[in-house]
Amino acid sequence: MDFIVAGFIKALELLISGDSSTWTAVWATLKVSTCSMLLSIGAGLPCGFLLGYFDFKGKKYLRTILDTMLALPTVFIGLAVYAIISRQGPLGDFGLLFTLTGIAIGQTILAFPIVTAITASTIENIDHDLKLTLVTLGAGKRHIVTTCLWEVRYGILAAAVTAYGRVLTEVGISMMVGGNIKYHTRTITTAIALETNKGLFADGIALGLVLIMIAFIVNLSLSFLRKQ
Amino acid sequence: MSRKKIFSGILSVIFTMIIAISVQAKSNSLMMATTTSTDNTGLLDYLVPHFETQTGITLKWTATGTGKALKLGQNCDVDVLLVHAPFAEKKYIASGYGKDRREVMFNDFVIIGPQTDPAGIKGKNISDALNALKSRQAMFMSRGDDSGTNKKEKILWKNAGIQLPDKEKWYIQTGQGMLATINVAQERDGYTMTDRGTYIKYQSTKGGNAPLKILVEGDDILLNQYSVLTLDPKNCPTARYDLALKFSDWMASQTAQNLIKDFRLLGKRLFIPNAK
Repeated sequence: MDFIVAGFIKALELLISGDSSTWTAVWATLKVSTCSMLLSIGAGLPCGFLLGYFDFKGKKYLRTILDTMLALPTVFIGLAVYAIISRQGPLGDFGLLFTLTGIAIGQTILAFPIVTAITASTIENIDHDLKLTLVTLGAGKRHIVTTCLWEVRYGILAAAVTAYGRVLTEVGISMMVGGNIKYHTRTITTAIALETNKGLFADGIALGLVLIMIAFIVNLSLSFLRKQ
Repeated sequence: MSRKKIFSGILSVIFTMIIAISVQAKSNSLMMATTTSTDNTGLLDYLVPHFETQTGITLKWTATGTGKALKLGQNCDVDVLLVHAPFAEKKYIASGYGKDRREVMFNDFVIIGPQTDPAGIKGKNISDALNALKSRQAMFMSRGDDSGTNKKEKILWKNAGIQLPDKEKWYIQTGQGMLATINVAQERDGYTMTDRGTYIKYQSTKGGNAPLKILVEGDDILLNQYSVLTLDPKNCPTARYDLALKFSDWMASQTAQNLIKDFRLLGKRLFIPNAK
């Protein structure tokens, strides 16, 4: 039991003393997960809107594919991205392996289906009368689209939070593509995995606390935004 | 109005992050693949800052088994290697992947296990010890990851006249790094083979009173040589051969060799410098 208590004490020490390896891992995590969340929203929002708003042939199959992608294991994404951005792979010339950019690519693939699926279902659930009312009021196509998007803003916010939670906590992609390089691509989750492997639970618990705190702050600020 | 302000605030933070992520200094940085022992023991954390201040080169490293490190070099995903599998390294150079191989330090492999030593291997020579492990079906943790330690272990089983107990119940392949594997052995009350440096590190994390003790040591065959390998520019034109050579030279320099000599935990030396 002692080491768990010691872990909490160590956690506070590391954070307060501004330990550089802890804080660079925190910073790397924030950078990469924010970046991949934004990229996935940028790509997922329009896709989700199209999928939810329009009815077309084969939509059902597309949804099935999307739902399958929701279950993509991070190690598989890690493996695929690794193979593609390794020097021997098709995108090898960019030298993206063992960089935060590489991790961001993998995490975007992870978060994209989440954003798309949540956006699509919120759009689908819009009151059908809204569209009719808008049409009767003589609104233009563009106006209808923006009004619909505004109506589902909380749904989109939920998509963003869910996506952020997923990329913030994943370890498979960060480990395989990032290589867990100290001061560079070591994120909070890969650092925890490493410390546990080394039997240093205190450092692991410290980083775990930070991770939970970040998740808490993100959710808190979003709920604040919602109240505005 | 205030919502607009908040959004523009968030946006500017986001843009700063995107810029921060894309501006990664590339010019003077060297990427190394190395074995877990040099990283787990803290040797690199101790050495690299000296290297960086003396040469102005930023050194990043990823710690994996020697097998994967060699593969990373073959695929040109790194610039330089610090590994410990002499036989595989020489073959690597002969195959045209590696160029210069420089021996920089060594330590030795030891077999560790629970103090009670249920298989009774303490003090035996390595071949007898492995035979005892096999006949007593004692739990043995293997790295199982084609690392330098794992390559050596396979050679030792072969030398002892035992077919690799790949599928035996008592032979457990962790697929993890050295320190992780020692911790598995500790949890399962088993035996394992480790380099002495990582064992001393393990002892020091346990406050000097580790449950697993050194039981077999001292055979000549247990020598563990570490070398710096540069990549052949013909195979990897994108790799930083110039910087890799600088790292190799530095590791063999008097400064680095003295630093390695002075690297101790619990008063014990983890690696012994031997650059020529």
